[in-house]
Amino acid sequence: MAMGRTVLHMPSGHTGVVAKLHPTVLFNISDSYIRRNDQQERVIGTLLGSISPDGTVEIRNSYAVPHSEQADQVAVDIDYHRTMFELHQRVNHKEIIVGWYSTGSSLSPSDTLIHDFYGREVANPVLLTVDTAFAEEKVNIKVFVSTLLTLGERQLAAQFHEVQLDLRLIEAERIGFDVLKKTMVEKLPNDLEGLEATIERLQDMIDRVFRYVDDVVEGQVQPDNSVGRFLADTMASVPRISSDAFDKLFNDSVQVVSRFCTRRKIRIQNFSHPLICLKLKFGIGGSIGKETFTTSLFIPSLAAVFVRFLCG
Amino acid sequence: MADGNPPPLRSFAQAAQAEVEVQPLRVVQIEGLVALKIIKHCKECMPALVTGQLLGLDIGSILEVTNCFPFPSRGGEDEDELDTDGANYQLEMMRCLREVNVDNNTVGWYQSTYMGSFQTVELIETFLNYQENIKRCVCIIYDPVRSGQGVLALKALKLSEDFMELYRSQSLSGEKLREKNMAWTHIFEEIPVKISNSALVSSLMTELEPEAPATQCDFDRLVLSTNPFMEKNLEFLIECMDDLSMEQQKFQYYYRNLSRQQAQQQAWLQKRRTENAARRASGEEPLPEEEPNNPVFKILPEPSRLDSYLITNQISNYCSQVNGFAGQSLSKLYLMDAFHED
Repeated sequence: MAMGRTVLHMPSGHTGVVAKLHPTVLFNISDSYIRRNDQQERVIGTLLGSISPDGTVEIRNSYAVPHSEQADQVAVDIDYHRTMFELHQRVNHKEIIVGWYSTGSSLSPSDTLIHDFYGREVANPVLLTVDTAFAEEKVNIKVFVSTLLTLGERQLAAQFHEVQLDLRLIEAERIGFDVLKKTMVEKLPNDLEGLEATIERLQDMIDRVFRYVDDVVEGQVQPDNSVGRFLADTMASVPRISSDAFDKLFNDSVQVVSRFCTRRKIRIQNFSHPLICLKLKFGIGGSIGKETFTTSLFIPSLAAVFVRFLCG
Repeated sequence: MADGNPPPLRSFAQAAQAEVEVQPLRVVQIEGLVALKIIKHCKECMPALVTGQLLGLDIGSILEVTNCFPFPSRGGEDEDELDTDGANYQLEMMRCLREVNVDNNTVGWYQSTYMGSFQTVELIETFLNYQENIKRCVCIIYDPVRSGQGVLALKALKLSEDFMELYRSQSLSGEKLREKNMAWTHIFEEIPVKISNSALVSSLMTELEPEAPATQCDFDRLVLSTNPFMEKNLEFLIECMDDLSMEQQKFQYYYRNLSRQQAQQQAWLQKRRTENAARRASGEEPLPEEEPNNPVFKILPEPSRLDSYLITNQISNYCSQVNGFAGQSLSKLYLMDAFHED
């Protein structure tokens, strides 16, 4: 007997796949789950994104697809899926189908059928499950790929195994988590309020570093060489400018900026006066030399570097 | 048991015609989902400017925006084809979204802008187009460049009622504007924006928030380089000044012509009068004192004030941006000074 027929072949590849998830997708999925029909228990839909040459799948967008399930039968509205995909392609043709999502907490047998269907659209589709019912009392977001279990020539089953999920919440971070966490935000923070919050956080972090250094010096905490090296690097990245040069630089920049604040006077009167009446006084001040512009560009963003280190 | 007169029954037609009190729009409530989608779309297509449709509900004095979809960007193709394509896209998209229970009600549109230069005649035209079909609509303006500095530059605009009436009647001359006391600040009205999130989404986000004490937002805000932004702003400001001075010249020219024409009219009238006196003296018929066909009496068209108003709006926008940014930079510079104590 040939060995091929009795050996169960379980390929263990595909674990190198990494999936990156953008926050828009999560919001989309939650929204479609909330808006589902009464009889439906879960929502499924298509995932759009891009696949990089090294196998990393970036999931950027999604849309829900109507479906109906009874017992072990499932029917997916394929026309709807195709139409929506075409519409999305017209906006951004770089986003292709990378898989599908489901809002249940566990996989059901009918999922293999749906997965096969998506397997016809893209070579190795991913399945994203988002547990919207919080069955385990914590956030449960998983990404799976499926591999075929073959016994010799026959295909037995499809096995779903999990792949690594990387949540890229940078876009959400840009808006600010405060805005996205609460159920109602009364007023969007303007620039100065935002800056105030940031500076408070910076101060907090600097305090923590001071406390750590003090503790190490007093011997209360074990010194960690890597942390020490980071601190030294950060300190060294502050440019060594002599006090005179720095003062001059500082004063020049402050002058440039404060001229915009204080000397700006614009008086634009109502155009209904029959005589031409537009008086514009915009004082930028005398000498903004080229040198002040270029030198201030060389000051590295010290605070940002400092903060970056503290976040590891 | 008759208890007095029953209330008078109103026919359906009467009830339908009863005036529904229209409450003024006070707040625009956007869902976090919509904000994220707008940001994603605008950022992906930078530096091109893009637009999209807003869907939602109009309730009392709050306009809720619950979903949105982007419009495909136009390549330089045939105008007619584009229009039908665009309309088809919109219909298809709305039909599909209705099937998954998304609000099927258009409440406005969004567009991205570059450094706040969005006050154009096209914006006004689009508003009027939308206004024909929808009672209340807003335009959400998103500035991806300013948002790169850590502030969410999202604002909701609508045209003021008075301005719309004036524009429709095509009378934007100086006198009409003076009558209505309409200054350049009265064209657009900015409406405060609130952001709301569903409970599910807010619980997801709360759970997912990373433990890092600082976010990308903070990094963006603490960047010390002030010059590129300032320079760009000033560049645009100077361009606007140039446009404004051109408009000024147009008005000067118009008024000069007007006064010259009036002088000509006076001169002609004098001549006519002396002629008529001479004719009356010699017993002939006096000639009419008006002659509409004479080019001296032609009415000169007054240039529209709309462009100057719009330019003034833009200038004010740039100035407030510069102001805000300067305030921030000043604080950051002092912070840097404190770091460099010795």
